[in-house]
Amino acid sequence: MSWPEFWIVVLRVVATFALLLLVTLINVWAERKILADMQNRLGPRRAGPWGILQTVADGLKLFFKEAVIPRRVEIGMYLLAPFLAVVPAFLIFMVVPWGRPFTIGGNEVALQGADLNIGLLFILAMSSLAVYAVVLAGWSSGSKYPLLGGVRATAQAISYEAAMGLAMVAVVMFSATQGDGGTLSLSEIVERQAGTWGDIIPALEPVLRFVPRWNLFPQIVAFVIFFTAIVAETNRAPFDLVEAEQEIVGFHTEYSGMRFAMFFLAEYVNIFSMSAIAATLFLGGWNGPTFEGSVPAIVSGILPTVWFLAKTYLLVFLFIWVRATLPRLRYDQLMQLGWKRLIPGALAWLVLSTAVISFRQFGPPWSS
Amino acid sequence: MVETILFVLAAAGALAGAVTVVLARNPIYSAVGLLGTLFSVAVLYVVQLAHLVAAVQVIVYAGAVMTLFLFVIMLIGVDKEEKREENLPRQRLWVGAVAGVIILFAAGVAVFGDFAWVPAATGPVDQEATNGTVQAIAEPLFTDWVLAFEATALLLTIAAAGAVVLAMFRRKRN
Repeated sequence: MSWPEFWIVVLRVVATFALLLLVTLINVWAERKILADMQNRLGPRRAGPWGILQTVADGLKLFFKEAVIPRRVEIGMYLLAPFLAVVPAFLIFMVVPWGRPFTIGGNEVALQGADLNIGLLFILAMSSLAVYAVVLAGWSSGSKYPLLGGVRATAQAISYEAAMGLAMVAVVMFSATQGDGGTLSLSEIVERQAGTWGDIIPALEPVLRFVPRWNLFPQIVAFVIFFTAIVAETNRAPFDLVEAEQEIVGFHTEYSGMRFAMFFLAEYVNIFSMSAIAATLFLGGWNGPTFEGSVPAIVSGILPTVWFLAKTYLLVFLFIWVRATLPRLRYDQLMQLGWKRLIPGALAWLVLSTAVISFRQFGPPWSS
Repeated sequence: MVETILFVLAAAGALAGAVTVVLARNPIYSAVGLLGTLFSVAVLYVVQLAHLVAAVQVIVYAGAVMTLFLFVIMLIGVDKEEKREENLPRQRLWVGAVAGVIILFAAGVAVFGDFAWVPAATGPVDQEATNGTVQAIAEPLFTDWVLAFEATALLLTIAAAGAVVLAMFRRKRN
């Protein structure tokens, strides 16, 4: 590895990290502002113009707050758990491509932390590691309420991870038919969604000319299941029993100050990265019109990132909208939705989608 | 260079985790130590360019199996220190002696002998070929070895169904 390549790798990772921190800062403010609008309130408006510095103020406040450590905690695990929450949250976003690769000085720079061949598996691996933070935080707090909350949160995360994985499998199988062989690399999946459906189905060209070739349209059921699962995975309303105001049994009940803020940070980073993954899998990632030639090169170079952020923020908005609209589920309803609706639904969709794909590839089963 | 640094870090992590598993008084710390070892071994797989194996290691072992371990430890409530008495007398001595002999043998082979059982990698690694490990594993798995693959799937389903049946049977008798 030569020195320019080394610095490009460092730059990619640092840029991805910085992007994640910046959007989290904005996301917290955006959520409070949008939620306030939907509930006919004003929301934060003191710190900075339109209250945009509210997150900074809150962060500083949490930073200087006393971090109370209860007497009965298991101190090692208690201190470790917040870090176990934050690290996987940041790592998940590292494989998401957030812009079109560009060439600088003969070196290609991909706007992505790391383009892994196993991108989707990496995401599944990291989200399965995020469970430990919840388990260990709940257990090490030395109190029965966080323990119960931790067990509940873990059960929720594991249940909905199954539905999320199955929805992903359907997309991967469909994506395999759109190019040369199957792939788990996110950058490859994005590139296979370039153009419009009119290019693929010439018969319906006049109708489909303006329909982008996103996986969303053929895989709409998978998208609905995936989105429901990621809302539950990130412990957001209406699945936010883990941290709901009237529930005393959250896994982070015994945390305060900066340690609590780290769980909070992990949640908001997860909202953004999960939205980004959904945008990558279903909404074509950074694909979009770049008006090559008619605008300066710098503009058409930045536009893909703008499209990516626009799509991701559309989904983040959906997260907030769902929170403002739907009442919270009871715990048994939560489990029933996961195991009796989403997982069977995802399995049925997987079978159906497989059947259609094999029919189109091999014809009817009785043909030789 | 990068490989050496990664190897040293991951190997140290794996060993530290393994030592924690043995030495920790509290079983939860042992479980977390094992988690650290499994994760460090996954990093070692990545250094060897076996990305798929690393991902599977983290998803299956560090993710699923260890969560189950932690759950069992917590729900059974073994969160107190274990008793130090042993049911089998002098078992540590025997296990330690066997392990010591094996380690001495391995060290001896590594230092003196030409170890012919596992030939070392010859020639430079083809980055392009090994980087596509998902495809490289999937292709033979679903063509040459598809019968073994399906049989394993069936076996696992039978095991899961068998576990359910056993649990139901016991509940009925009570």
